[in-house]
Amino acid sequence: MTSANPSPLDFASSPINQSLTPERKIELFTQMVRIRRFEQAGLKYYQAGKIGGFLHLYIGQEAVAVGTISLGGPDDHFITAYRDHGHALAVGMGMNECMAEMFGKQTGCSKGKGGSMHFFAPDKNFWGGHGIVAGQTPLGLGLAYGLKYLGREGCCLCYLGDGAVNQGAFHESLNLAALFDIPVVFVIENNGYSMGTSQERSSAFGGCLAQRGEAYGMEWDVIDGSDIYEVRAKTHIAMERARKEHKPSLLEIDTYRYYGHSIADANHKKYRTPEEIEHYKQNHDPINVFRRKLIEEGVLTEEAATAISKAAQEEAAAAVKFADESPAPTIADISTDVYWETDNQTEASKIGRHFFDS
Amino acid sequence: MSRTLTYREALREGLDEELARDPNVVIMGEEVAQYNGAYKVTEGLWKKWGDKRIVDTPISEAGFIGMGIGASMLGVRPVMELMFWSFHSVAFDQLVSNAACVRYMSGGLCHCPIVVRGPANGGTNVGATHSHIPEGLFAAFPGLKVCAPATPADAKGLIKAAIRDNDPVYFMENTLLYGNSGEVPDPADGDFVIPLGVADLKREGSDISLIAHGRSVIHCLAAAETLQNEHGINAEVLDLRSIRPLDVDAILKTVQKTNRVLLVDESKPFGGVAAMISTIIMENAFDYLDAPVQRVCSIDAPAIYSPHIENEQLPNPRRIIKKVLAMA
Repeated sequence: MTSANPSPLDFASSPINQSLTPERKIELFTQMVRIRRFEQAGLKYYQAGKIGGFLHLYIGQEAVAVGTISLGGPDDHFITAYRDHGHALAVGMGMNECMAEMFGKQTGCSKGKGGSMHFFAPDKNFWGGHGIVAGQTPLGLGLAYGLKYLGREGCCLCYLGDGAVNQGAFHESLNLAALFDIPVVFVIENNGYSMGTSQERSSAFGGCLAQRGEAYGMEWDVIDGSDIYEVRAKTHIAMERARKEHKPSLLEIDTYRYYGHSIADANHKKYRTPEEIEHYKQNHDPINVFRRKLIEEGVLTEEAATAISKAAQEEAAAAVKFADESPAPTIADISTDVYWETDNQTEASKIGRHFFDS
Repeated sequence: MSRTLTYREALREGLDEELARDPNVVIMGEEVAQYNGAYKVTEGLWKKWGDKRIVDTPISEAGFIGMGIGASMLGVRPVMELMFWSFHSVAFDQLVSNAACVRYMSGGLCHCPIVVRGPANGGTNVGATHSHIPEGLFAAFPGLKVCAPATPADAKGLIKAAIRDNDPVYFMENTLLYGNSGEVPDPADGDFVIPLGVADLKREGSDISLIAHGRSVIHCLAAAETLQNEHGINAEVLDLRSIRPLDVDAILKTVQKTNRVLLVDESKPFGGVAAMISTIIMENAFDYLDAPVQRVCSIDAPAIYSPHIENEQLPNPRRIIKKVLAMA
């Protein structure tokens, strides 16, 4: 079993990272920057009242989604919880349909019916975007079970927060994954806080949360989420285990979120000190860490990094414009996408009453 | 040609035919495979179809139902057995937040072609935790479909329709009906499927309409015989079979014919299926009523254990007859 202690290994030189071309590295860096710029624009327009409900920002965690999803091939699938913007952009969803979804518009990826927590792109093997803590973990298990049942290649990466590790559905999923040899990788994105309660106040654990996998005879590992190379190197091992051996894994990726649980979380500066947040920004910000490395490697220049950031900012601004100018759903739209059969006007849908509005 | 099968055998035959028709149909649940099913509905299917198609799960309802929902999004067609529908509560998040809502939340990008089936009834002296009757509860969630067959033929025809449906269907059986026998069409005569959303007039009458589903239909038919023979009252019995989609036309037709309605529903009175049907009748056929709509539901308390009295908590012919006579 892997030690819970941080490792001094040079992950940049692991084979999976050695295989990255300079172009691909810049692409990954760009994705991380795009996620941050997208969310910063989202925050601005949430505060301006253009976005309703909750806004759970991913800022600070970008290397996790980008690093892990960069390992996915056409056969691999992804599912996460409500902090889903990073994963959505990393699988290739466009800023326009994501921003429009948050603005509650017809042009949103879920036609304005899901909102910030419910981005979906099955055509990109991205299955949401789920609202209830740990409720997506049996679904991720099921996607992977489905791959195996249908005789398909690949695995499923199922993300959850550290607040999800004490839910029964998660433990049921771990048990079934190990019992049935399911090609799933559970990824705990440990940002240290389940809403306003720190890990120490919410979870009983030995060395780390991932160690709980041992109870199910499951391989596990702990990863520094500020280093995209480490994220890729270690997640690759778990994904290969799933793909080739149909064995599940439990990964814990240590990360940090700059903002509250959601933007409605008014207390996030009370349960954390400003020094703690500043320390992370200075030393562990995944974008800055990767930027420094790429400049050291000679892959990126300061000027190019600034240009990438500017382009992402412009893309986000254009997405805001697109979202703002898009039409809202109609009252008639409320009643579609409830049943497959009625949406498709099948014979079955014409028999009996499906809706009970008087 | 039809044969006589028990309700249990008819269900099994329906499952077996769907397993043969579609390789993506997989049955999963507690004790469904090697143990042959807690109530023997799946008896013999594991031996015939093997480990891949008939999957024993641990006692882990949230886990395996969620697993089935996730697999269905990829095209698998899981048919999941709840040993008792009463155990829905430990999987409730999966059953309602995921199965019922995933299509909507994704703007129609995902769908969830699952069946969850098992017995949902009182009357077996197993106490409050094993006697929940949640068809009204689940029918209240748009995105879900619910049916509750009363006879062997309906059980077979509806389970096949449920499996072929592309939306989540929650299929409520009854442990006290599993051993009942009835005529079921021979498979040699063609594929026997009963669409969801079609009620069945189980007995024609002219004086009053008894509207029910599940085992209450059997009670209504028995009560109707007594009412005819001893009181000269000719009751019509409409079996809803499917709760959502609901055959509103059949309900309104029988109301317009007899002008008196007694709703018989094993669920509790508050917000149950009967409460919904009553509203539909009031909204659509008020002028056809010669008397207020009345109901016989389970007495409004958690299910009592005592074998001496449980049948009196549930609808039964005695309670139905008493209520009809009071309405006359």
